[in-house]
Amino acid sequence: MSRPSDHYDAPASAGIVQPRLGLVGWLRWFWRQLTNMRTALFLLLLLAIAAVPGSLVPQRSSDPNGVTQYFADNPDLAPILDQIQAFDVYSSAWFSAIYLLLFISLIGCVIPRTKHHYLALRAQPPRTPARLSRLAGFTTRTAPSGTDAQAAVESARRLLKTSGYRAAVFENRGEISVSAERGYLRETGNLVFHFALVGILITVGFGGGFGFSGQRVLVEGQTFVNTLLAYDSFNPGRFFNDTSLKPYTLTLDDFDVTYEEKNLKAYGQPIDFTADVTITPRGEAAEASQVKVNGPARTSGTDVYLLGNGYAPTITVKDPNGVVVFTDSIPFLPQDANLTSLGVVKVPDGLAEQLGMIGFFYPTQATMESGAYSSSYPDLEYPLLTLNVYSGDLGLDAGVPTSVYSLDIDQMEQLTGGKTGVESIELKPGESSELPNGLGTVTFDDAAPGAQNGDFSGSVLRFASFDIHHDPTQLWVLSFAVLALLGLLTSLFVPRRRVWMKAVPQTDGSLRLEYAGLARGEDPALESAVGDVADRHTDLLLSSQSATPASEQK
Amino acid sequence: MNLNELSILSLYSAMAVYALAFIAFSFDLARRSAAVGSAEAADETQRQAATARTDAAGASGGTTTLTRISARIANDAAMPYGRSPSLRVGVSLTVLAFLIHLMATVLRGVAAERVPWANMYEFAMTGTLLIVSVFLIVLTRADLRFLGTFVTGMVLVLLGIAALRFYVEVAPLPPALQSAWLVIHVFVATLGTGFFALGFALSTVQLLQFRHESRVASAKSGRLRFLATLPSSAMLENLAYRVTIIGFILWTFTLMAGSIWAEQAWGRYWGWDTKEVWTFIIWTIYAGYIHARATRGWRGSRSAWLSIIGFAAVMFNFGIVNVFFKGLHAYSGL
Ligand code: HEM
Repeated sequence: MSRPSDHYDAPASAGIVQPRLGLVGWLRWFWRQLTNMRTALFLLLLLAIAAVPGSLVPQRSSDPNGVTQYFADNPDLAPILDQIQAFDVYSSAWFSAIYLLLFISLIGCVIPRTKHHYLALRAQPPRTPARLSRLAGFTTRTAPSGTDAQAAVESARRLLKTSGYRAAVFENRGEISVSAERGYLRETGNLVFHFALVGILITVGFGGGFGFSGQRVLVEGQTFVNTLLAYDSFNPGRFFNDTSLKPYTLTLDDFDVTYEEKNLKAYGQPIDFTADVTITPRGEAAEASQVKVNGPARTSGTDVYLLGNGYAPTITVKDPNGVVVFTDSIPFLPQDANLTSLGVVKVPDGLAEQLGMIGFFYPTQATMESGAYSSSYPDLEYPLLTLNVYSGDLGLDAGVPTSVYSLDIDQMEQLTGGKTGVESIELKPGESSELPNGLGTVTFDDAAPGAQNGDFSGSVLRFASFDIHHDPTQLWVLSFAVLALLGLLTSLFVPRRRVWMKAVPQTDGSLRLEYAGLARGEDPALESAVGDVADRHTDLLLSSQSATPASEQK
Repeated sequence: MNLNELSILSLYSAMAVYALAFIAFSFDLARRSAAVGSAEAADETQRQAATARTDAAGASGGTTTLTRISARIANDAAMPYGRSPSLRVGVSLTVLAFLIHLMATVLRGVAAERVPWANMYEFAMTGTLLIVSVFLIVLTRADLRFLGTFVTGMVLVLLGIAALRFYVEVAPLPPALQSAWLVIHVFVATLGTGFFALGFALSTVQLLQFRHESRVASAKSGRLRFLATLPSSAMLENLAYRVTIIGFILWTFTLMAGSIWAEQAWGRYWGWDTKEVWTFIIWTIYAGYIHARATRGWRGSRSAWLSIIGFAAVMFNFGIVNVFFKGLHAYSGL
């Protein structure tokens, strides 16, 4: 009811069933079905439903660890779900089919409407209906005496024209009238909106293929060079080509965390992470920069985001003769809010046997009732590192890639902790300990050896994990999105309406002015708009009359 | 007593006043039913005459009433219903409760030294405040006071859940939330929810009214008698549409602002995170609602169902996804 009867819907499919359609006939039939408004609605709702499962089951794209966990928890169900692409819903065949059909439908819908609209823009407003009294906002005025019908209509035409209407004068059986229409922008906005959606889909679907994203963990002091090999993990787009990597360098100079200390209810909650970095684009001067959680650094066509952080204890292993066989700062993965962290040390060479160590790091070590350790505060108040030592085969030689964050103990023998009866190694920064079986020594290096006694604040290095992205489509997507929003606003708020004014000479010689309107789409203000036109028009007639010399008026 | 405790006290006071407003509005609905009942009991011929008269008015003025907006939107109820003191008491109490509620929210913001919408408790507090604001603003343009029971009732339930289940102490913003987009994105989303809530209420009444109308047409008596004093289902449908498209535009903006923020915080503007998925689902359902109104065979009750489903999804997104689903948007504070 808020749509006028001549509103353009996709043409209704013909009711007659033809006996033999032939291929072209079938295609035409299919196309008509697809571009039907009802199909569009169906596909739209189907898309909403199809998006639901992806929020119930972890997705490889956003939560790969969750997927692994799901497989472990539901070994029977998971492979079946995987068959129907339940872990890749948003790139699955069925999800893609729905949105592609929807967008084909959209294009098929919008193109004829654009043609229709283009013609409407060039056409004259339609004839004035015979009887205005049946239409919305119908109102009459009596023209000031002596007003000529022709002049009244002409002044109404000019008034409507200056108010943004397209207006034309009609004459029908001696009745003269003006017909006006405005708000073509409404349909323009609607079309712009739908085209912008197509624009978004194309740029996202196609342009996204030229980008990449990669992750890299850096310990304070380390430098990263933007080349393929330097990434810990790298996800190229379909059309990515590694010559587009610009080899800049990025050094993590310092990583700062501020913890809440005043508000006891939120004590220890991190309130700021800042990575101070130095970026050197190829052939340019080095520049100091910062990466924060909501503030990426943008350089050489890539955006660098801060995703995670933690501690990276520096561990040195020496053989029995005191020769260093291993020294490195190892990122330990945080396990809880107080940064109890878990890390793995692998010493493949230099000792009698390959050595692996599973370590826990507690920035502020506390002992729970059970006797187990935990961390009670995320900053370095009372740091402690514990290590369980394993010897045997690290499994590095098999050529299978292994994670630096896990230790495969199948081929190894546990030497400390657990059931071995040998105490785990416990170290504070700067301390060393003998390895079991006379294998050598292990040291937890103090990163700030000169600090005062009891001040551990700088004793352990921190690491930051960065996400580095290149996405050439971002600006395009944003532009289309803004266009869509503007189109939406115009199409929902610009009223499209027709207004008519008719001058009807009465038998007593006076002139009756009739006004009425017709809504085209949602138009709550139509009636007051017609009343407003009527008032302004009669005012105009009155003032033009008083402006004419009194002699002429008689 | 510190500012946060004062805020909590204000919030409980506001809830008490909302409860009184709810009672006043319920009283009004009961009175409407009674009024309709006694009118029906009146002389049969008189009734027929009255129906004939309203029918005539409906026929000649049907489209006129629908598209009319002077300053206020007229009511085209089948049975005119005079002044109601309890209705006015209800509105006054709602305004009073709103002011106390506003104070509670502002105090919470001052206590936390930031915008009061950074965890579930605060979302609920600000969100319900906005629902009431939207309701009161719309009241100045159209007489939707008959929704008072619904609005105050819903706000009471949500505030109750928030105070009992979602309460958390004032805490500083985690780094991920330290962004101007928190102010914009979350506020606009919450405002949109306010409009969707009203649209949902209107669509629900529209469905009830539609059933009532068809019962009356087939000369059966409706159960919810007060419906006779409310606008026709066609008018309710138009009102619901008008309110909902404002919500839809705000939601569209929310979606876009969220993407821009996600790009800054997580390095990608869209990643199908659970919260993003649900925001998208809600957007799509409401786009379906708008299309339904332009599709043959879907106007009227079917589109109303879409508006109801849409709002159910909004509530699901807020109450269930925030708390129970895993994702990057882990800001419930619980
Ligand atoms: C990706 C899919 C689509 C989305 C998200 C979408 C969204 C929207 C939205 C938000 C509106 C209301 C705003 C406006 O009037 O500009 C709208 C209106 C409209 N759409 Fe779509 N649309 C889609 C596909 C289609 C398709 C396939 C058709 C054709 C069959 C279509 C036909 C229309 C028409 C005729 C209107 C005007 C309705 C009115 O005036 O109330 N849309 N669409």
